[in-house]
Amino acid sequence: MTFRIHVPSDTTAKARGADRIARLIEIVAEEHKIDVEVRRNGTRGLYWLETLVEVETDEGRYGFGPVKEGDIESLFAAEFYNGNIEHSLAVGLVEEIPYLKRQERFTFSRLGINDPLSLEDYQAKDGFKGLANAIKLSSQDIVDAVKESGLRGRGGAAFPTGIKWQTVLDVPSPKNQKYIVCNADEGDSGTFADRLVMECDPFMLIEGMIIAGLAVGATQGYIYCRSEYPLAIENLNSAIQTAYDHNLLGADIQGSGKHFDLEVRMGAGAYICGEETSLLESLEGKRGLVRAKPPLPAIVGLFGQPTVVNNVLSLAAVPFILDKGAKAYADVGVGRSRGTLPFQVAGNVKFGGLVELAFGPTLKELMFEFGGGTRSGRPLRAVQVGGPLGAYLPESQWDTPLGYEEFSQKQAVLGHGGIVMFDDTVDMSEQARFSMEFCVAESCGKCTPCRIGSTRGVEVIDRIRAGKNVDANMELLSDLCETMLDGSLCAMGGMTPFPVQSAMQHFTEDFVKNAASATQAKEV
Amino acid sequence: MTTSKAVAWEPVTAQALIDDLKSKPGALLPILHAIQDRFSFIPEEAVALIAQSLTLSRAEVHGVISFYHHFRTQQPGRHMVEICRAEACQAQGSRALEAHAKAALGVDYHQTTADRNITLEPVYCLGNCSCGPSIRVGDEIHADVDATRFDELVEGLKTDRVEILL
Ligand SMILES: Cc1cc2nc3c(=O)[nH]c(=O)nc-3n(C[C@H](O)[C@H](O)[C@H](O)COP(=O)(O)O)c2cc1C
Ligand code: SF4
Ligand code: FES
Repeated sequence: MTFRIHVPSDTTAKARGADRIARLIEIVAEEHKIDVEVRRNGTRGLYWLETLVEVETDEGRYGFGPVKEGDIESLFAAEFYNGNIEHSLAVGLVEEIPYLKRQERFTFSRLGINDPLSLEDYQAKDGFKGLANAIKLSSQDIVDAVKESGLRGRGGAAFPTGIKWQTVLDVPSPKNQKYIVCNADEGDSGTFADRLVMECDPFMLIEGMIIAGLAVGATQGYIYCRSEYPLAIENLNSAIQTAYDHNLLGADIQGSGKHFDLEVRMGAGAYICGEETSLLESLEGKRGLVRAKPPLPAIVGLFGQPTVVNNVLSLAAVPFILDKGAKAYADVGVGRSRGTLPFQVAGNVKFGGLVELAFGPTLKELMFEFGGGTRSGRPLRAVQVGGPLGAYLPESQWDTPLGYEEFSQKQAVLGHGGIVMFDDTVDMSEQARFSMEFCVAESCGKCTPCRIGSTRGVEVIDRIRAGKNVDANMELLSDLCETMLDGSLCAMGGMTPFPVQSAMQHFTEDFVKNAASATQAKEV
Repeated sequence: MTTSKAVAWEPVTAQALIDDLKSKPGALLPILHAIQDRFSFIPEEAVALIAQSLTLSRAEVHGVISFYHHFRTQQPGRHMVEICRAEACQAQGSRALEAHAKAALGVDYHQTTADRNITLEPVYCLGNCSCGPSIRVGDEIHADVDATRFDELVEGLKTDRVEILL
């Protein structure tokens, strides 16, 4: 008989050696004359277990991980291909692993199960059912469903997706051309959920974008993907080709009379191009200078036409909503944060990975019950949530429930759901310095507080770190942060103060620690 | 795998790449990518061809190139090594890795080793944030990179040995 074995193929699994593991399994199987078929799934997103090799059995898939090259012989000796769990790397039935079992995988229901590029696999697991329903609905009905679901933009600003779509649906296009633009710039450190959609379930994003097109009357879509994601781009292009070949893209989709074209465009290493208007400038072939709003992109967007700009995760949530119903999505969550958010647990964490949960649990639960604390084993000290523009949270705030309003009450942001954990070796003045330095590197240069303010910020923090006039310089840094907050056109300059101020406020000791020694040095 | 597949400057090839893409809406970025993919950087001659084909000024094309970190106007080394400098990797020890890499290669960021083998660049997140420090060599991303692993990877780039395909 043929034993079917799955070896993950996303960027992190590959970065941990999955390609060589897959090849080795084939080679050793041949040597042992065992009939093995190696399939490449995406990843389950349980990254500490990568490379997680899965064996298909009648009871389900048995997992072994983390598998290294040196483990292959012993796995074969233990006849792992039978699902035999007499091996130290055996983790049992994968779907029973508590980390996975306790999640609510609405968006990522297929993650790590299917072959990312197989349309057949996608369709076997509810793929394109949402589109089939949407084709039967009017544009307004689709928009209403998305409104009812309570879905809010997952790219950071949490703006209600349905309301954005309504605007684009209602506004006439001067050139009779509207656009769907997918923001796949995923620049935030600590985030990889967009990448997982594109690498491991690309048809879901395609389906979400077609539905968005039907909802607002757009016939052209662009996915603006960062250049740091070569595999995502490759998989998207391949899936788009397959979709065209099967009349899921192009003219008269599935005989519906509807038309939708889709193309991937590559970014070029500019964080600011994740800001939606900068992204549109970039798509138009220009420097990514942020545009003043209004007009909103929904009204005057790409090439001056009405445009939906949505994050990958926002669009990827849409097939579920159109398939399972808006209510099924809205039924879970907390307060005005409805549905699920795929959290990404990263940094110094023992069990890092993708944790899709309904909004509501606390940050602490996520970091300890899922994350298992730090990888270094040292005490956890600071957590940055929501990317490089998000605040650092000290222990006193770890009880905050994971919800948009709950976080903004603490001057923090949930953003794209990235959780970056730091142990007690972190120097928070160094982190604050980095935030300013990052703003220097990535500012589009349009406004002075952002462009010059961040450069001053680095200098002032350097003086503080050197112990020079610490009190006066701390005050100067506070003023500088206020100026940036008030005088910046977009959140790059306007939010860079968040991590800096939170570091100053909650971790003051890291800023003042050199003050004493500098004074002493002077006295000597 | 990671050896640069770039070829020497060839105006006819460049023009063909441009002509292929120039009718696309917002064609400039796709064209710049195509040129850099082929020639490993964007030579001055290419800027002239692009400007002419898109009826832009050279200054406009330069303005776009200089805005984006990804585009280069100088020939890089044979291999591109990018180290993630972003927060999740910092939390896992990337600052020490950066220092080690610069010392081991004897270059700073944006510089190329004397033997023109490796160009070192910073990158802000590779989406491998649970398993850092992360680096990218060509199109391959590597996880859990400490000093030892870095040295091994660099050693592998030094020789043009035939890789046994495993
Ligand atoms: C500096 C900056 C960077 C941003 N980066 C991203 C990004 O990488 N991905 C993203 O989806 N949104 C990003 N945004 C938010 C977008 O401007 C915009 O709100 C979002 O794409 C809208 O889609 P959504 O409503 O689906 O979230 C960024 C915003 C700013 C100010
Ligand atoms: S705040 Fe910074 S990034 Fe945003 S528009 Fe102003 S200069 Fe550009
Ligand atoms: S922060 Fe380094 S890979 Fe994301």
